[in-house]
Amino acid sequence: MVARYVGRRLTQATFVLWLAATLAFVALQLTPGDPAQALLAASGATPEEVAERRAQLGLDDSLPVQYTRYLLDLIRGDLGQSWLHGRPVGQMILEQLHPTLELALASMVVGVVAGLGLGVLAAVRRGTWLDTFATTLAVLGLSTPTYWSGLLAILLFSLQLGWLPATGEGDLRHLVLPALVLGFALSGSIARLVRARVVEVMEEQFVLAARARGLPSWRVLFVHVLRSALAPALTVTALQFGFLLGGAVVTESVFARRGLGKLAVEAITWRDLPVVRGVVVFGALAYVLVNLAADIAQAWLDPRLREELT
Amino acid sequence: MIEWTTPVRRPLLRQPAALSALGWLALIGLGAGLAPLLAPAGPLAADTTRGLLPPGPGGPLGTDLLGRDILTRLLWGSRWTLGIGLMALVVTVGLGLPVGIVAGTFGGRIEAVLMRLVDALLAFPSLLLAMAVVALLGPGVSSVAVAVGLAAAPAYARMARSAALEVRTQPYVEAARALGSSEWHVLMRHVLPNAAPPLVAFAATQLGWVLLDGAALNFLGLGVPPGTPEWGAMLAEGRGYLRDAPWASTFPGLVLTLTVLAANLAGDGLQEALRPR
Repeated sequence: MVARYVGRRLTQATFVLWLAATLAFVALQLTPGDPAQALLAASGATPEEVAERRAQLGLDDSLPVQYTRYLLDLIRGDLGQSWLHGRPVGQMILEQLHPTLELALASMVVGVVAGLGLGVLAAVRRGTWLDTFATTLAVLGLSTPTYWSGLLAILLFSLQLGWLPATGEGDLRHLVLPALVLGFALSGSIARLVRARVVEVMEEQFVLAARARGLPSWRVLFVHVLRSALAPALTVTALQFGFLLGGAVVTESVFARRGLGKLAVEAITWRDLPVVRGVVVFGALAYVLVNLAADIAQAWLDPRLREELT
Repeated sequence: MIEWTTPVRRPLLRQPAALSALGWLALIGLGAGLAPLLAPAGPLAADTTRGLLPPGPGGPLGTDLLGRDILTRLLWGSRWTLGIGLMALVVTVGLGLPVGIVAGTFGGRIEAVLMRLVDALLAFPSLLLAMAVVALLGPGVSSVAVAVGLAAAPAYARMARSAALEVRTQPYVEAARALGSSEWHVLMRHVLPNAAPPLVAFAATQLGWVLLDGAALNFLGLGVPPGTPEWGAMLAEGRGYLRDAPWASTFPGLVLTLTVLAANLAGDGLQEALRPR
């Protein structure tokens, strides 16, 4: 049953998240440095104040106690306190989430549309110049750093043509260039997978049968072939969600946008480790949830998988 | 129609794209090795009277704000960028290969434990993971190489495991087991050599990834010190005067993209060339 499959995937996802959170905890524990000292470093606190803060933060407790508290806090959405600002990390992430999410979603739309289009085009016209063109674009997408394509886009569309703003955020016009740049990078892996899948599907019995029945080729393409290409496109997009988040960080820097990227880079520069850990754990959470959703959606979409499960 | 989809094995010599890719990588490697001979002035030789010269007689690829020659810096920079990439690749393969092969060969509880760990690491977006490792180790060149290599290792372990799994069920491996070979013997004598071809191809693809991520961290200012001719750092530096001297950031980006593209094409080509018959 689908319900049982969902249950199993849910258990798996929880386990992976727990392990990821534990790794993040261990990594921070292994790092030398006293968090209380770090928190109070700027204000020039006395040793007594630091000791008091240590007790306040629970840093004098045994490791198992600290670990349990960390996990319980995490479940409640509490990601700890920034050493630099003394503010809750979860709140800092939420404040920066909107622009990053906006960029990630817009790039995803660009990447999926371009990737599906290129992949199907290459598969249907396999062996022709169109195939070569589409597969070349795909591998270029995989290879081009967004921090270069972004600069080229700014050069051409902002500085030369003056069509779009180069940096900053606000209205939709600010989103166009970053989304195109990151979407292009994403489209490469989607296109390659979709092409392979469509090539496979076109050889399958039901497509051959539909052709033999004399259905017009566009109908075969749209009804049968495209539908079976959607499921793998969904999976690969979900798998690339981590790439998308990382890419958003760099793209934000290129276009001087606010967002998680700026937060993370600043935190690393100042060694504000709780913030770094918060962003990374948050990224893992988002990644696992997106993939869980994609797997469940695919279980509904793909008739063969549905049969396997029932 | 059917024979079209059957994957064909194609020797490298008959793949022009992969050949030119390998040629480009060799050229970059040569440039890195011969940089002191080709550009004896060095990447830091500045001359502010010759700042922001466009490509031409003043310098084949122009000069940057401080009058440093871009081509010279690119040549010397290949040492940084390629060096970081190769170091990262060593970390990736050094960690991913044993974990994946052991998991795939031994199976059972060992495999379960190792692969759950790999899954947990894969849950972190790889560039974010690399950034976090840099934060823990402190910014710097070797931190970047280790971080990027570490972030790419789980994917390589996955690949190594599936390659080992494929070999594990082959009749000759079962025969060796039936004849009483130890698991280690099976691993070293049968699994590793037979699983190697796809793993070599995947290593080339991974080189592309670690080059991209390594240069990204340098672009973000988390790696090499300011002024270093690393390609990602050059890109970031040139961004400051993009309008006046687009060549200062465009050329490092172009060379980096071509190198990553070459690694990807070499990976694709090796995959076709090393495909089992």
